[in-house]
Amino acid sequence: MRAYDIVIIGGGPAGLAAAISAKKNGVDSVLILERDRELGGILNQCIHNGFGLHTFKEELTGPEYAGRFIAQAKELGIEYKLNTMVMDISAQKVVTAMNREEGMFEIQAKAVVLAMGCRERSRGALNIPGYRPAGIFSAGTAQRLVNMEGYMPGREVVILGSGDIGLIMARRMTFEGAKVKVVAELMPYSGGLKRNIVQCLDDYGIPLKLSHTVVDIKGKERLEGITLAEVDNHGKPIPGTEEEYSCDTLLLSVGLIPENEISRDMGVDMNPVTSGPKVNESLETNIEGVFACGNVLHVHDLVDFVSEEATTAGKNAAAYVQSGREKKSEVKEIKINPIEGVRYTVPGTICVDRMDEKLTVRFRVGVVYTNCYISVYFDDERIIHRKRPVVAPGEMEEIKLTKEQLMKYPELETITVKIEEA
Amino acid sequence: MYDVIIIGAGVSGAATARELSRYNVKTCVIEKEEDVCCGTSKANSAIVHAGYDVLEGSLMAKLNVRGNQMMEELSKELDFPFKKNGSLVVCLSEEDMPKLQTLYERGVKNGVKELRILNREELKEMEPNISDEACGALYAPTAGIVCPFNMNIAMAENAYVNGVEFKFDTEVTDLKPIDGGWEVHTNNGIFQTKNVVNAAGVYADKFHNMVSKKRIHITPRRGDYCLLDKSAGNHVSRTIFALPGVYGKGVLVAPTVHGNVIVGPTAIDVEDKEGTNTTREGLDQVIERANMNVKNLPMRQVITSFSGLRAHEDGHEFIIGEVEDAKGFIDCAGIESPGLTSAPAIGEMVAQILKEKMNLEDKEDFIATRKGILDPDTLSKEERDQLIKEKPEYGNIICRCEMVTEGEILDAIRRPLGAKSLDGVKRRTRAGMGRCQAGFCSPRTMEILARERNVSMFEITKSGGDSKIVTDYNKDSL
Repeated sequence: MRAYDIVIIGGGPAGLAAAISAKKNGVDSVLILERDRELGGILNQCIHNGFGLHTFKEELTGPEYAGRFIAQAKELGIEYKLNTMVMDISAQKVVTAMNREEGMFEIQAKAVVLAMGCRERSRGALNIPGYRPAGIFSAGTAQRLVNMEGYMPGREVVILGSGDIGLIMARRMTFEGAKVKVVAELMPYSGGLKRNIVQCLDDYGIPLKLSHTVVDIKGKERLEGITLAEVDNHGKPIPGTEEEYSCDTLLLSVGLIPENEISRDMGVDMNPVTSGPKVNESLETNIEGVFACGNVLHVHDLVDFVSEEATTAGKNAAAYVQSGREKKSEVKEIKINPIEGVRYTVPGTICVDRMDEKLTVRFRVGVVYTNCYISVYFDDERIIHRKRPVVAPGEMEEIKLTKEQLMKYPELETITVKIEEA
Repeated sequence: MYDVIIIGAGVSGAATARELSRYNVKTCVIEKEEDVCCGTSKANSAIVHAGYDVLEGSLMAKLNVRGNQMMEELSKELDFPFKKNGSLVVCLSEEDMPKLQTLYERGVKNGVKELRILNREELKEMEPNISDEACGALYAPTAGIVCPFNMNIAMAENAYVNGVEFKFDTEVTDLKPIDGGWEVHTNNGIFQTKNVVNAAGVYADKFHNMVSKKRIHITPRRGDYCLLDKSAGNHVSRTIFALPGVYGKGVLVAPTVHGNVIVGPTAIDVEDKEGTNTTREGLDQVIERANMNVKNLPMRQVITSFSGLRAHEDGHEFIIGEVEDAKGFIDCAGIESPGLTSAPAIGEMVAQILKEKMNLEDKEDFIATRKGILDPDTLSKEERDQLIKEKPEYGNIICRCEMVTEGEILDAIRRPLGAKSLDGVKRRTRAGMGRCQAGFCSPRTMEILARERNVSMFEITKSGGDSKIVTDYNKDSL
């Protein structure tokens, strides 16, 4: 059986950054397995700019951003296989994969980095009633058709969901001469970045209807129209508020789901809130030597943070391969407890002995808060109390902890992260 | 002149065509859609009913039990997925327990084997997720589940291989009696035939009433369904029914042969024979009723919902036979539940009628078996490796959710009566039927379809007709 020190599942932004980081940290035997035709993942279809402000201090397009990492990976001589599907990973880290040239093959890994990304929620997952004609696409599928294949999915567009891909596609379809009639969002706030609302909707006069959803779909062959309705506080449509829109295209941008089927099958513990693995400060799952990063771990807002997180995962995977690690049962782990508006944190636990000098804890909030505080408690003592004019579910938040700070609390059991209103 | 024209390539039409293809007879199936299995046959519970709830002595009862008995053998002959998983009719109150007994007795009279009434404890042990209210159940081990698409497709393919013609996108507009038969008018020309089989599903009354003064009336009775992800697939292992009511067997919860869970249907009478739109009320009702019999159903795992129209005839009975005042016109009408189960027996019965009528002789070179599309998941790693070495397209995954390879999609397109649209590929291979609902694979399946059929991407449809997927090039390509 072939063997590699580190096998990385997925060659998108997370997988690339993890591989580069692992290599830079001294592990030579690194292999990326990518199911698509090229490296770069979903960035290849994100031809708009706005990527890399944090990482490179400049605005890049998705392919440019990916290109920099791909170039670096190639410079470092990192091995990768394209058009290769990982079928299964055993708890002993035997990766079974398949491609046209090599058939079915197995690779023994010492460490595995999960970087499979996410998929879009479909119409079915929302259980939207009506007919099932052609012309209903997830926003990402439409983005691929327009940006990579060169085809227009339609001309008169309604978008359901204000996730970032939907907002970006509202602008993109407008550029291509389509009429985007409305973006409807079930929640009373947008699921996307503020800057995307301004740059993709406001600038083109595309209305955003909050607390609205699609309640009917018409057209037996090709989509002919949809019905929008306002929803109440429980997300239920309010009778009498229905409005008809004629359209040939409905794009859905209603959430992303980490693709963890392989992780689940190998026995990785999942966080039901993120639908991603539960990880410790090293971004390691409950299976030793199996790490996770990027959108497979939790859905990010900016790719820069994916790269940063994946760099950490790659470095820790390298450290694991080089030194081995003490068994988890023998080390003390501090639990991070997200409450009161904080939906989850990544990581979920910290082992102070193992942690770097600095640790970034990322999270999202459940609803919009204005003039609030992000507060961190070490057991009962408030350590961080940071004022924020606004926090929203569409944007990831973070707090930074230091080893030095945590060393001062040897008895610490729980770190609580919460939103406190002013 | 044809000997037989069958109107409709649904499961009844395909079963009839396949049975007829055993004989030396010139047969043509006329279908208004672009593919087989496009109406009621594609949108139903996919259940092979045991036959305990159909009225004793009825044709429905006879054909249900016979169809059930034929199914296993047929599934092997024609290589489509079928599993005898058993069914349970759950009783939620002690007062209703006598109703189970009635069902049991009816089943026995109908000739259903192995029926048994279970007490609460036996039931719980068999199905741990059954409602805590359940006090007993009728257990029918002979009930099963089937892939309705591949059952229909398999019979049609086999009929085709045995010489039956198929005309798609061909809608029958009129039927005129001529000397010794019928003239069948369509949007694609006029065809003459000695006999017509009316297997037109919800439209069967329309064709019947064109030729007969004894009118029949079919109500499209809509059933809404939700399909749950495979991650919920182990929630129940048998088909769970409620006690039947006026509108049929109520909402069931069942595993599918592919490992999903199906929940439904409602029963809502509609006017529109193409009215396959789900409604909020319908879907809510499905969820609410399903939860009465099965607890903790993970409804967040719904991956799609759909509805189908049952062809409910006023008399609630299969109408099969030559129409008295229209010689050579054979009805196969009112085929509602248990129509799918009965289909093999319906085909047999209609073929028998025609055989006697025309004194048909057996075809010597009849090919009784058909091989389905190879599912590489059924192979060992070594076998699969070997397959890819021989045919590299089996090493290329197109649909990630259902792990469907390019090899399977090519087979679906290239085989007899092959797929022409995304839905055609989906029904044959499951590409696009998984949890992302074709988000990732549809552009790639479209490319393969365009390449194989040597047409542009603009010709590729979701399900034929005007269901085009891309409308034009973007500006960059101008």
